[in-house]
Amino acid sequence: MTDTAIDKIAQRTPTRVARKVRGLSDRAIAWLFVGPTIFLLLAINIFPLIWTVYLSFTNFRANRPNREVEWVGLRNYERILTDSDIWLNMQATAHFLFWTIVFQVLIGFALAYLINKKFRGNDLWTTIIVLPMMLSPAVVGNFWTFLYQPQIGLFNYIIAFFIGADPSSFEMIGSVTLAPWSIVIVDTWMWTPFVMLICLAGLRSIPDYIYEAAEIDRASKWRQFWTITVPMVLPFLMLAVLFRGIENFKMFDLVVQLTGGGPGSITELASINLKREAFEKWRTGYSSAYAIILFVTVFGLASIYVKALNKVKER
Amino acid sequence: MIKRALLMATAMSTAGFMGANAAQAEDLTLCWAAWDPANALVELSKEFEAESGHTMNFEFVPWPNFADRMLNELNSGGKLCDLLIGDSQWIGGGAENGHYVKLNDFFEAENISMDDFAPATVYAYSTWPKGTPNYYALPAMGDANGWFYRKDWFENEDIRAAYMEETGQELREPESQQELMQIAKFFQEREIDGQTRYGVSIFTERGSEGITMGATGALYAWGFKYENEPGSYDMAGAVNSPEAVEALEFYKELYECCTPPGYTDAYMEQSLDAFKSGQVAMAMNWFAFFPGLYADPNTGGDKIDFFVNPPQNVAASTLGGQGISVVAYSDKQDAALEYIKWFAQPDVQAKWWELGGYSAHNSVLQGDGFEESAPFAGDFLVAMDGVQDFWQEPAYAELLLAMQKRLHDYIVADQGTAQEALDKLIEDWTEVFEDEGKL
Repeated sequence: MTDTAIDKIAQRTPTRVARKVRGLSDRAIAWLFVGPTIFLLLAINIFPLIWTVYLSFTNFRANRPNREVEWVGLRNYERILTDSDIWLNMQATAHFLFWTIVFQVLIGFALAYLINKKFRGNDLWTTIIVLPMMLSPAVVGNFWTFLYQPQIGLFNYIIAFFIGADPSSFEMIGSVTLAPWSIVIVDTWMWTPFVMLICLAGLRSIPDYIYEAAEIDRASKWRQFWTITVPMVLPFLMLAVLFRGIENFKMFDLVVQLTGGGPGSITELASINLKREAFEKWRTGYSSAYAIILFVTVFGLASIYVKALNKVKER
Repeated sequence: MIKRALLMATAMSTAGFMGANAAQAEDLTLCWAAWDPANALVELSKEFEAESGHTMNFEFVPWPNFADRMLNELNSGGKLCDLLIGDSQWIGGGAENGHYVKLNDFFEAENISMDDFAPATVYAYSTWPKGTPNYYALPAMGDANGWFYRKDWFENEDIRAAYMEETGQELREPESQQELMQIAKFFQEREIDGQTRYGVSIFTERGSEGITMGATGALYAWGFKYENEPGSYDMAGAVNSPEAVEALEFYKELYECCTPPGYTDAYMEQSLDAFKSGQVAMAMNWFAFFPGLYADPNTGGDKIDFFVNPPQNVAASTLGGQGISVVAYSDKQDAALEYIKWFAQPDVQAKWWELGGYSAHNSVLQGDGFEESAPFAGDFLVAMDGVQDFWQEPAYAELLLAMQKRLHDYIVADQGTAQEALDKLIEDWTEVFEDEGKL
């Protein structure tokens, strides 16, 4: 829009309105712009959070709106923290979180390191590698259940070919031992490209002259890797770990589609258990307390981690 | 005076006609699960549309999401469904939370008698509190968990001889749960027509209700009870009785010995697939699927036969089926009630059975030639005589999820013992009933 057009609009503005706007201070105008956003933030984020904290001290059930709501104090928190089944869910979550991050960081960094080298078909390979993360988790979960199928699943056939066993002699998602690893494998397959992209950004941000200086100083490739590449990519890697950690702590769709939390409750992550408590059993008060505990855990861990990340950046 | 009376009569008849016209304009939505009988109901309801002028719409939800979707709808006071064919276990919540319209006055006004329906179905699908004459649904679809098997294999002389040699007994429809396992073991990994076959497909699903519906088939046959005294919520000694422990151990062994590989999360669809693909010799599923199975061109007809859940200590089957209710939040309750009135008619019920629905009306079940009307009709009658249902309490979802977890942990994930699973189940259920204020 040209100045002339703006001038025309200004001329068309009724004098009464123009005077009012002219009379507003900069601060008032700032509030005018920021106000709606703050209102939405309060309505959508802050109020539900406060309401959840309140509900966590009650026996409220969303499916019984007419039932009297009783204040139960810390009973919900006490029940959750002393429930051995919930600690098993936490263990399953920790196992999933730890191993997915380890594999994704190692493989993601290795892939980024390879892709960063200039070779023919580099762009094509990058595109192929990032394809899995473009898929819907529900779709990924669904087709991996077929890949893991003991009788017809491709995964079983490939593994059986290498270990010389019958494909139907093991069950990835039906076995207590293998099921936790089956979800780790799928998440790693899907999200390693994300870590790779972040690492790639880190690798490409390292100026060539640093390596040239190292070459002049006759530093070996091994030494260049450990003293230049790794330290300079580390903040990026830590950022990737933070993103993946937060994402996987609340992992739901992929695992539900893949194992439904089974066999038994072996892969029932905290988020799956929380959903069952909140929207299948309708224990709203109890599940609010559960959600608050998970929130505090993630928030606490993320805060500590961000501090560590800032320290690494400052170095 | 006569003129006035005539005017009044004309006005009243016009109003009545307009009322009827207004009723004809109603668009009714009936909600149910997406499965074979639902298609039969669509066909059947065309007659209602023609007779009443109402338009019928249908909202069919796949079984794994059916309870979640519909209970959320009811809990939120949604107006999606005017009529709901809800699971038998929802009746307590439907009644106590005011989701369903109480039908007593309507039944009385329209001369619909509950005595015209099979007592087991009235008890299970219509009444709350259980067994009292407070009706919240009309029995719509009788159902129970039954079994079917490869009749052609059972009649094959070579297979029969091999079975006789292995067990010293005739190969026949199992007459006890133990015999069922013996037959399943015989077929497990047996080569038939050049392919490896397996013993049974049973319910092992974790997410909704599968493993509970499957395992209760064994539990009830061993004499399982939920309470020592009905209505007492006194569960210790009943839920974890020695018979219950034995039944659960049986079901676990059946799962371990005789199901196809990877059969860790299987319910209705998987059971049907396993049978239709020729993988298994026997399978459990709801009677509702039997017409479709019999009609299957590959494994139906003379290749299939059916049997009731075999007894062990007692003859008993897991109840399925549903009643049809009017949703209290519907704005079209009059038209919805009109549908129920139409559906309750004996000739409509007879057609319902013909199309593949399981009528619970005595005129159909006790009619001449009913047992011969389908190869599974006689079994259906036997099964419905001994059906038992899960808790129908308002907190049924919590009770069910607890049982799903404890059974799957023990049977599929091999965690702990049957005794521990049932002991923990009592703890879970006690907590639920305490929260409900019933203990």
